[in-house]
Amino acid sequence: MNNPHHLKYAKTHEWVEFLPDSTLKIGLTDYAQNEMGALVFVNLPEAGDAFSSGDIIGDVESVKTVSDIYAPVSGTVTAINEELLDTPEMINADPYGAWLVQVGDAEIDEPLLSAEEYEAFVAEGE
Amino acid sequence: MDLLFEKSVMDRRSELLPPLDVPETALPEQLARKTAPLLPELSEGDLSRHYSALEKRAYGVNSGFYPLGSCTMKYNPAVNEKCAKLPGFCEIHPLQPESSVQGCLAALALAEEYLTEITGMDRMTFQPAAGAQGEFTGLMLIKKYHEARGDHRRKKIIIPDSAHGTNPATVSMCGMEVVNIPSDEDGCINIERLKAAVSADTAGMMLTNPNTLGIFEKDILSITEIVHEAGGLVYYDGANLNAVMGVVRPGDMGFDIIHLNLHKTFSTPHGGGGPGCGAVGCKNFLEPYLPYPVVTKTDNGFRLDYDRPDSIGRVKGYYGNFLVVVKALAYLMTLGKEGIPLSAKTAVLNANYFMHLLKKRYTVATTGVCMHEFVISMEREKKERGVTATEIAKALIDRNIHPPTVYFPLIVKEALMVEPVETESKETLDEAARVFAEIYDAAMEDPGAVHACPQTTPIGRPDEVAAARNPVLRYRREDNDGA
Repeated sequence: MNNPHHLKYAKTHEWVEFLPDSTLKIGLTDYAQNEMGALVFVNLPEAGDAFSSGDIIGDVESVKTVSDIYAPVSGTVTAINEELLDTPEMINADPYGAWLVQVGDAEIDEPLLSAEEYEAFVAEGE
Repeated sequence: MDLLFEKSVMDRRSELLPPLDVPETALPEQLARKTAPLLPELSEGDLSRHYSALEKRAYGVNSGFYPLGSCTMKYNPAVNEKCAKLPGFCEIHPLQPESSVQGCLAALALAEEYLTEITGMDRMTFQPAAGAQGEFTGLMLIKKYHEARGDHRRKKIIIPDSAHGTNPATVSMCGMEVVNIPSDEDGCINIERLKAAVSADTAGMMLTNPNTLGIFEKDILSITEIVHEAGGLVYYDGANLNAVMGVVRPGDMGFDIIHLNLHKTFSTPHGGGGPGCGAVGCKNFLEPYLPYPVVTKTDNGFRLDYDRPDSIGRVKGYYGNFLVVVKALAYLMTLGKEGIPLSAKTAVLNANYFMHLLKKRYTVATTGVCMHEFVISMEREKKERGVTATEIAKALIDRNIHPPTVYFPLIVKEALMVEPVETESKETLDEAARVFAEIYDAAMEDPGAVHACPQTTPIGRPDEVAAARNPVLRYRREDNDGA
């Protein structure tokens, strides 16, 4: 697995990138997109939506299944990656480039995993 | 293959309509269309060939082995069809006076009597046209029950993560919220997680038993008790009833509501969109809320009771797909009190026999005996050789076997869900197991070999992504003219 070390990870297979302006970006891990297979739709929240850790903030649909996207942190949506709505396959092609939402006022209620910890967690579940 | 619209030739006719024997009247001006509809124009011969060609391209239970998990693709006896074609059943009108359709009402009442006995329910409606509509009806009963008691807080329905996808969809359709609980290692409900999930806003729980892994929920009595104690009701998804019909009754397990797929379990044909029947049974305390009309016995026959002030209303026109109920009744009467449980036991025996044969190569997701179906995981083969559930499924098509259900239940990776049903013989199962093994060996030896499958079908591997994202749902002449 090739999970970037500058990101943090949730057990529900989202990654979190901390940005210099103290906002953060959330995306789906390579493992998640690989398990889902070719994605056909993505539903994202709207800018301004507030949520808590563990809330469902969207979903992704592949030819096989539909999966919820869980919030790895609490916060408010400041932006969504609108490009994904028309081209969800970008998540398959570049999971760590294809961010889903940008979040402000973020609070980490549940501890996030490092790349190594996430890989160990995935390996354990295999 | 051309569509009927593409085969159409202007003014070519099929004289199928009898001569007009009543006075002709025009439609009111505002209802009459201004231009003729663009209907295909063909001769009867062309039409007949078209449908025969379509039939050749289709695959049904009469074509071969059809182990589609959770779909109970059993053989549908011809006697069912014979009964449904009796003029007294099929040449009636839904608005005929009750006195002239007493036999039909008696058939509905008898089917209700047998099916409530089998399921341990008190009353039943045959109005829902299919399982999903049955689920909708059942959840509306739960909603109504709480509202009638003035309890408006209860909006949450507990569903295990192994559930049929229709369950959470139904909850959303009814304006309620899903509370998902993760299953145990063995695919069963975790009692502690269930206890933690119930609360004062629990409206109920939806469950299928045996579950989608083909395992009987061993703690079912505790499960229903926990939900009841929290003030919720328990709904039985009848998709898997084939494993237990006539052996154990959902009503005795503590379920309050059940839907049956008569088109699965009770051998009326299905697939391709119907018609089906998602009969809904309930305990007496929910009876006032059933869709109307209900068939009621009187001193000298039966009547349709429309005076149901607490009813949730109608979910379909008239009485549902009546002839589907007639076919199910024919099946019930053919098998009788001994045949129904024997059928369930044979389904379980067949599944265990077939599982035993496949286990020599494939990995089964559960241990021990299964009920009417079992789930294979291709996770290891995918990792080692790139051989996925899809690859096996596609290769089976070329060997005249309908693939099992794939990628379901969601809790098993690379799942192949196999339900061999009771109407398959030992010879069929032996031969199918041989084919499953051959495909497995060929794919593991040379994973590329199965990539080209299927080759015997009119369409090989459709572009699933394009089909999902840009579905072409209807023919439009303007899109095709001059193309």
